[in-house]
Amino acid sequence: MIALEARKLVKQYPGVLAVNEVSFEVRAGICFGLLGPNGAGKTTTVEIMEGVTPATSGEVYYFGEPAGNKFREEAGIQFQNTALQDYLTVRETLEMFHSLYNRQADLEHIIRECSLEELVDRDNRKLSGGQRQRLFLAVALVNKPRLVFLDEPTTGLDPQARRNFWDLVNRIRSDGTTIILTTHYMDEAEILCDEIAIMDFGQIRTQGSPADLLRERYQNVIIELPLDDVSGDLQSIDHRILESQGVIQISTDDVNASLQKLVSHVSGLNRLKIRQPNLEDLFLDLTGHSLRA
Amino acid sequence: MLKRIYAIFRARNLEFVRDRSSMSWNIILPVVLMFGLSFIFGGADRAEYTVGVLQSGEELNKDQHPFLDTRYIRFVDINDEEAGFRRIARHQLDLLVQFAEPRRYWVNPDSRKGYFAELALLQSESTTTFGIEKAQISGDAVRYVDWVLPGILGMNMMFSCLFGVGYVVVRYRKNGFLKRLRATPLRAIEFVIAQVASRLLLIMLITSFVYVGTKYFLDTRMDGSYLALFLVAVVGAIALLSMGLLVAARVTSEELAGGLLNLFTWPMMLLSGVWFSLEDADPWVSQVANIFPLTHVLKSARAVMLDGATLIDVAPALISLLLLSILFLGLGAAMFRWRPN
Repeated sequence: MIALEARKLVKQYPGVLAVNEVSFEVRAGICFGLLGPNGAGKTTTVEIMEGVTPATSGEVYYFGEPAGNKFREEAGIQFQNTALQDYLTVRETLEMFHSLYNRQADLEHIIRECSLEELVDRDNRKLSGGQRQRLFLAVALVNKPRLVFLDEPTTGLDPQARRNFWDLVNRIRSDGTTIILTTHYMDEAEILCDEIAIMDFGQIRTQGSPADLLRERYQNVIIELPLDDVSGDLQSIDHRILESQGVIQISTDDVNASLQKLVSHVSGLNRLKIRQPNLEDLFLDLTGHSLRA
Repeated sequence: MLKRIYAIFRARNLEFVRDRSSMSWNIILPVVLMFGLSFIFGGADRAEYTVGVLQSGEELNKDQHPFLDTRYIRFVDINDEEAGFRRIARHQLDLLVQFAEPRRYWVNPDSRKGYFAELALLQSESTTTFGIEKAQISGDAVRYVDWVLPGILGMNMMFSCLFGVGYVVVRYRKNGFLKRLRATPLRAIEFVIAQVASRLLLIMLITSFVYVGTKYFLDTRMDGSYLALFLVAVVGAIALLSMGLLVAARVTSEELAGGLLNLFTWPMMLLSGVWFSLEDADPWVSQVANIFPLTHVLKSARAVMLDGATLIDVAPALISLLLLSILFLGLGAAMFRWRPN
């Protein structure tokens, strides 16, 4: 069953085509990741789907119907940047949003699920970054949503808080809730997403499960070496240079042979890395620039 | 440290200069106020006495009587005899004169200024052969505190309504809270009504508290019914709140919102009769003042408190205010913008 479908979405701002005929489908019950660097158009695309930004053209369908009142009632949204009313406690904030919906979750369950028990009487303004993100997620869950949008939910969180947040997202997904996640953290997408779409310059460049996309594209492994350690001419070895990261990458299906060739051109191998290709490599191959550019 | 201060100083200046609407407004407002005040209050020497000349819609003609040439007396046309008598009784006019036949004048025997104005009239009269009949109208002076109380309460209500709602909505829009609400089933009209209701409750509590306090400590005058006064306050507050929401319906900059709210509050404060009566001002001033909800609120409140007006007497003003509220709320909801951009 298709939970959400974007059909030829276009968003034209004066002088900028932010979203260019974007179409994709999100199956019910999965975690779908929309990836791309800043300015790729993913937030605009998601906001069109959320109904908070009007599209210049195109349509959004929710369980087969044009997204409308039913969608607003059944969707939960966690914005990347938002503010809550000052001077309200966590509980009061949740109660306020809870009251805006006919479809309501059990607030106590949400509070427990988002680990907010200790914070319910605390002023919104006195929450840490991770606590705020948990509150934003709790706000997105107050209507027991069938579909949840998470827009860069872990940006600015420390590693521990990010991992805790991932656990929380996994628990929500295990209840059958469809999740649409936008992020520029590749590890996050690989851990959480069943399916991803990579966006750049307002268009979808590829879509599929992370494993399938990587398997289809790569049979090789990647050797990485700092540029500083290269002393000779590497023309005989197929490679690419990532200036911004100061590394040379060699994609190969025969690590031994590549290393033998490489050894005569480098000053040392102590900083050499051998790894499997990941989503960041995929993005680099597709777009020619880094995901976090 | 100075480097950091300069960096912030420069950035703020750039922000201000590039926000053209706010910058323009900061320049235009003081200029408009200066010219407006100079136009309204400028001119010849201020008069010491105010004398009403009762006539039926005719232009005041100085040839009618040498008294009309007296310096430091301001002569005002009075076309409504009852209104003239009421103002004599309240000491708001020092003298009321009718030069047409039967030639008469009315004075309040308890009015000190009336006494001197009468002497000046009789001095002028002695140079003529017409003869004029004297009549007296008694009544206690309306203390300034009685007169100004509705003005102060109304002004406070106006600021609370316009800034308390208008400014807050703009802040909500700017910091993304409205965008968050947009993602819920909440509709614009629901949000707008909730804002009006919330502020209305607060304003009525505060206004009632202040009114009870002044009544208790200053024994302010109340000739009408408290219910009528309460309804005037409620309907007036709704109209002012709706106006605040209309101003804030699309604005995204707090500075522009402040400027626009000043555009409404300052003329109302000056022309709606908060601090002084504009009954004797040029007719165009009264006409302009009638555009503002606060004018109707203050006129109705004073009518109830000082003249004992009933609900039926103030009903036309209340209906006007309600119609204005519906218009402002409808427009505000239709134009409402959830997002900053």
